[in-house]
Amino acid sequence: MSFEMFLQHCFNALTLGSLYALIAIGYTMVYGILRLINFAHGDILMVGAYFIFFGTFAFGWPWGVAAGLSVLAAGVRGVLIDRVAYRPLRDAPRISALISAIAMSFFIESVAVVVFTGQPRPVLQPEWLTNAWQIGNLRITHLAAFVPGMTIVLVAILLYIVYKTKPGLAMRAISKDIETTRLLGVKVDNIIALTFGLGSALAAAAGIMWALRYPQVHPYMGVMPGLKAFIAAVFGGIGSIEGAVLGGVALGFVEIMTVAFMPELSGYRDAFAFLLLVIVLLVKPTGLLGEKIEEKI
Amino acid sequence: MRPDRDTLLNIICIFLFAGVLWQCESFLGDYQIYIAKLIFINIILALSLNLIYGFTGLFSLGHAGFIAIGAYVSALCILPPAQKEIMWILEPIIWPVSDLFTPFWISVLLGGIIAFIFAFFIAVPVLRLGDDYLGMATLAFAEIIRVLIVNATPITNGSLGIKGIPSHATLLVCYGWAVITLVLLARLCYSNFGNILRCIRDNEIAASVMGINVFQYKVLSFCIGAFFAGIGGGLLGSHLSTIDPKMFNFLLTFNVLMFVVAGGLGSLTGSILGATIITILLEWLRFLEEPMDIGIIQIPGIPGMRMVVFSVVLLAIILKRREGLMGTRELTWNRIFAFCRRHKP
Repeated sequence: MSFEMFLQHCFNALTLGSLYALIAIGYTMVYGILRLINFAHGDILMVGAYFIFFGTFAFGWPWGVAAGLSVLAAGVRGVLIDRVAYRPLRDAPRISALISAIAMSFFIESVAVVVFTGQPRPVLQPEWLTNAWQIGNLRITHLAAFVPGMTIVLVAILLYIVYKTKPGLAMRAISKDIETTRLLGVKVDNIIALTFGLGSALAAAAGIMWALRYPQVHPYMGVMPGLKAFIAAVFGGIGSIEGAVLGGVALGFVEIMTVAFMPELSGYRDAFAFLLLVIVLLVKPTGLLGEKIEEKI
Repeated sequence: MRPDRDTLLNIICIFLFAGVLWQCESFLGDYQIYIAKLIFINIILALSLNLIYGFTGLFSLGHAGFIAIGAYVSALCILPPAQKEIMWILEPIIWPVSDLFTPFWISVLLGGIIAFIFAFFIAVPVLRLGDDYLGMATLAFAEIIRVLIVNATPITNGSLGIKGIPSHATLLVCYGWAVITLVLLARLCYSNFGNILRCIRDNEIAASVMGINVFQYKVLSFCIGAFFAGIGGGLLGSHLSTIDPKMFNFLLTFNVLMFVVAGGLGSLTGSILGATIITILLEWLRFLEEPMDIGIIQIPGIPGMRMVVFSVVLLAIILKRREGLMGTRELTWNRIFAFCRRHKP
């Protein structure tokens, strides 16, 4: 493999990895606070992508407006899902909430099938993203630079919120000890809603960029990215935002590079991520950067 | 005296129902028989997941993988060798599989046994995990099994799937397997073995303090559950006559999970009721989809409105009545008689 090819694959891996990272952050934030795998996360991504399709293609809004609306709406959706499906189950066994999350995921998917039909729809890529820089044999589309760039900006904003603001402090406190935080006068339910809102907004951002990179939308587009981003979150250490970013990028590299170096294994591409999950869970369940989670023995 | 009465009543019921079904076969329409067979198969699947999740408390999301193994093994066993020669167009079928040809009941059993073996190799590493981590790991294995099936073209015919599987699974055969599953699992769950499993479910630490080898029992429960899932899969393949890897996705696990949760975790009769009611509802709800078929038909196998109603039903159950229809109670003769006495006119 030539060096240029290798660089090309690196860029692909970075783009894919940033998308995984953005989605994984939502999983990791919710899991850190509620110990809940939010199965519906991938479907929030899907609806976010549909927003961009309808906004730009059907209504002809400018890209920025459609993207902003999509992210906002996703935040609202995240809060709503928490209110309807998860909040009544706060005191229930954890698995009940997980089943509720799975049901919610199927609910969103099936509503999407009914409303948008199951047919995949093409997304128009704006011209400023499809242009490319040509350096020797290396061809880098603006999209390949835009996605990681945007990811860095969004993650920076998120880290600022989590580490420098009052609600962020409350979030971190809840993930340590929910009961004590409640006793200290923090409105826990509001903070949890905020967490869902932030995570969902990031998922929608990832959904928009996913729709730009693989230019089509369909009701089940969120399932695989959702599962793999969850794997990335576990790989990086669930509960840690930095870990989610690291795990996402790492998973992107694992997927792209294994296929690049061993093309004969490309049929097994989806299995790699799952195999990685199993290995991580068995060898180091806390992941790369995760804190020790109190497991039921 | 009392257990004898119950056993006698059970046996009478089983044979009476078999007789009714035998008569039914001649005058029911194809569609009704199709649904009845599906109900019995779903009962087997629900019972097997209930053993794993309801009785032992192992949250497994990998059921579709074991069903797939059962379906493929059984289909390969009952397909005539000549037909296999023709069907494998991508790559020729490899030797031991190509000449395999067994009676139906052996093929179904083989499906169960292979699923058991796979489950054992999955269980030993994975069952050290608990709760939702276990769910994700088993889900991962189910996906890996599916990817393996897609790629093992010389054995499974890849993504093309297997068509024209002989339909040996008649109404009475499905009923027979469902009864066998129920009887075996009932004997198992309401014996000392079952007590141990429930003890592990309710308090694992207490169980190990009592000197129970928790891990060993977990593995055994998981593998037995997978065995019956494999049997259900074998029947399902023969019933549908066509299988392909796409069928055995997470949606299938979700359906089975729905039967179990709706019926009640840790209740065998609950699983039977859950599987029956939900299968009938799922078929009945098809009327919702009819006018919309034109829009949805592009991607085959995707349910539309049915699934909306269905996910709402499951959400409602889990939010409002978490214990399901039966909770951990069973429908026993004692209860039925007590009920009759109370409502005597």
